Amino acid sequence: MELKFHIMGGDFSNAGSASSEIKRVLKQINVPSDIIKSIVVALYEAEVNIVAHAYEGDMVVDVQPDRLIAVLSDKGPGIPDIELAMQEGYSTASPKVREMGFGAGMGLPNIQKNTDILNISSTPGEGTKVSFTVFFKPKS
Amino acid sequence: METKYFHHALRVVENQCIGCTHCMKVCPTGAIRVIDGLARIDDNRCVDCGMCLRSCPLKAIIVEQDDFSRIFKYKHRVALIPAVLIGQFPEEAPTPLITSILYELGFNKVVEVETGVSLLKQAMEEYMSQKTHPHPLISSFCPAIVRLIQVRFPALVEHIMLLKPPLDITALAIRQELYKSGALDDEIGIFYVTPCAAKIAAIKSPVGDKESPVTGVINMDTMYNKIYRVIKAGKEDHCVVPENQPLEKMAIRWTLTHGEANNFEGRCLAIDEIHNVINFLEKIENEDITNIDFLELRACDQSCAGGVLVQGNRFLVRERLKNRARNEARKNNTGMAPLIADNQEYLMKHIGLEELQARPLIHLTGEPADALRKMDLARRALKCLPHLDCGACGTPSCEFLANDIAMGKASIKQCFYISRLLEKQGVLDPDEAFTTLCHIWGKDKIREERWNTHFQYLNELLDKENNPDK
Repeated sequence: MELKFHIMGGDFSNAGSASSEIKRVLKQINVPSDIIKSIVVALYEAEVNIVAHAYEGDMVVDVQPDRLIAVLSDKGPGIPDIELAMQEGYSTASPKVREMGFGAGMGLPNIQKNTDILNISSTPGEGTKVSFTVFFKPKS
Repeated sequence: METKYFHHALRVVENQCIGCTHCMKVCPTGAIRVIDGLARIDDNRCVDCGMCLRSCPLKAIIVEQDDFSRIFKYKHRVALIPAVLIGQFPEEAPTPLITSILYELGFNKVVEVETGVSLLKQAMEEYMSQKTHPHPLISSFCPAIVRLIQVRFPALVEHIMLLKPPLDITALAIRQELYKSGALDDEIGIFYVTPCAAKIAAIKSPVGDKESPVTGVINMDTMYNKIYRVIKAGKEDHCVVPENQPLEKMAIRWTLTHGEANNFEGRCLAIDEIHNVINFLEKIENEDITNIDFLELRACDQSCAGGVLVQGNRFLVRERLKNRARNEARKNNTGMAPLIADNQEYLMKHIGLEELQARPLIHLTGEPADALRKMDLARRALKCLPHLDCGACGTPSCEFLANDIAMGKASIKQCFYISRLLEKQGVLDPDEAFTTLCHIWGKDKIREERWNTHFQYLNELLDKENNPDK
C-alpha cells in the first residue's frame, strides 16, 4: 500500500503531520510499537529536514506486509558532503539557531540509527533524495 | 475471540437507552457502537473515563456500585473519603460535621484518602532520582489514564511510574492498623467513596497489583445525597468523633490539576481532560515534545473535582479545596499522619506496582498481509463515504465505519448517503435498505405501527412545503 504526501519547505506548523498519519496506519496493522517508534522518529527527522532546508518535497511510503520503504525527495540546496553530514553533531545551523535548541546535527544520524537500510543521494543546487527501509521484525 | 482484560463499571441501561449516539461520538477510544437501537461498549477499548455517562441526555449510562447495606457485613466499617467529597458541600459544612454524619450513617472509622500522600510524595521523589526510568515519567494516579496508555499508547507504558496511588496506600495502612488491634481479614470492610468510574474498575480489577486492599465502593453521588439529607434535616447535636490529624496543604490539593506536578523539581506538566491528554501523548509518542521530566495526566477536566460522580460544580469544588488548603497551611501543620508514620516501613515495602502490560487495541486482525489488505479495503471504503461523521450508521465516524466494514463487522449499506445513492442507482432494494436501518436503530423504534401515528402529520408537513401558498 502506497501513501504519498507533499511537504512544503518552511511550513513548520505542519511538520510531522505526514509521520503522524503513517503512525496511525502502522498501529492499525498491528506493527510492534517499538518498531513504529523507530519508523516515526526516522520519518519525522526526514520530513523536518525538508521543511527546514528545501523548497518543497515529496514523501512516498510503501507499506508492505513485512517492511516499510520510504522515499523522500526534495528540491533544494542539496548536501555537498554526505559523509560529513552523516557525522553526529555536524550541522550547518548558525550558533544563533543552535542556541534556540535546533540544528544539533543529529537529524541524519538519527535516521540511520532507526532504519535498516538507508540511502542518501544529493545533487548540490538541485535536491536530495533520502530512501530507507525498516523491517517489521527485528533481525535475529 | 479477543481476551477480555478489564472489569468495567459503566453499564448501559437497556430500557432507557434510545441509541442516540451522543456517547458514541465523545468516546475517546471509539469503543461504542449503536446496534439494534442500543449503545454497546466494547470492553477491550473502554478505559472507564466516563465521557459517555457525562454526554448521555437520558441518563442511560450508569456506574455500578456496591449496595450501601453491604457495609454492615463487617465489624470494622471504614469510610475512605477523598477530599473532593467534602469539597462539594458549602463551607458551612466543615470536615468534622461530615465525618460525624458518616459515623451516624453506620461507619465506625473515617479516613481521608489523601492521608497517604505525604509518603507517596517521598516515594515519587526517590523514584524520580533513579536515572534508569525513561522520561517523561507519567503519574499512575488516574486509572483511566493508565488504561488509556495501555490500549492507545503501548509504547509509553514503560513511562508510567510503578507506584501505588494514594487510595491503595491509605487503605493498606488502615488494614495494617486494624490487624495490629487484632482484627481479622473478613471483619474489615474498607469502602471507598468514588468520584469516578475508573477508580471502581481499578479496584475490581487492579492493574499492576494482585488484589486491591479496598473492600468495596460507594458512588459519590449516592453518598452526597445521604449526607445532604442529614445536613438539610438540621439536626443540632451530632455524635462526637475521634479527630484525625488534619491533612497537609499539599495533600488536600493532590487530586486537583497541578496537585502533583507542583511538588517536584524539573519540568513538570499537568494536563487534564482526556482529549487534551490524548493530543499531548501523541506528541510525546512521536518524540515531538522532549525534555519533560514528569507528566501529571488526569482524565477529567479539573481532575477529580470534575469526576463524573461529583455533584458539585467542579470550579467551586476546586475553590473550596484551595481555601481549605490555605487554612490548613496557616495552622502550620506538617508531617505524616500517625496512621502512615506508624506503618511507614510496611507501606514502603508494598508501595510498588508490578510491571504494567501494554494492551494494544486490535484494529485490523490477521497476519500482516491480511491486515494490510483490510487496511487497503478500509481506505478505499473511506474514500466513498461522505466524511460527515454523522453517526447515523451506528459507528462514531466515517473512518470507523470504513474500518468496521474491512473487519466484516459492518456493511456499507449502513451509510444513509450511500444507501440512498444505491437505491437511486437501482442496485439496492428499498426493503433491504430498510432492514439495515432496523438493524441500527432497532426494530421497535421504527416499527410501522408507531410511525403510522406520525404519518398523517408528516404528510401535512410535506404538503405545506410543496404548496407554500396554500
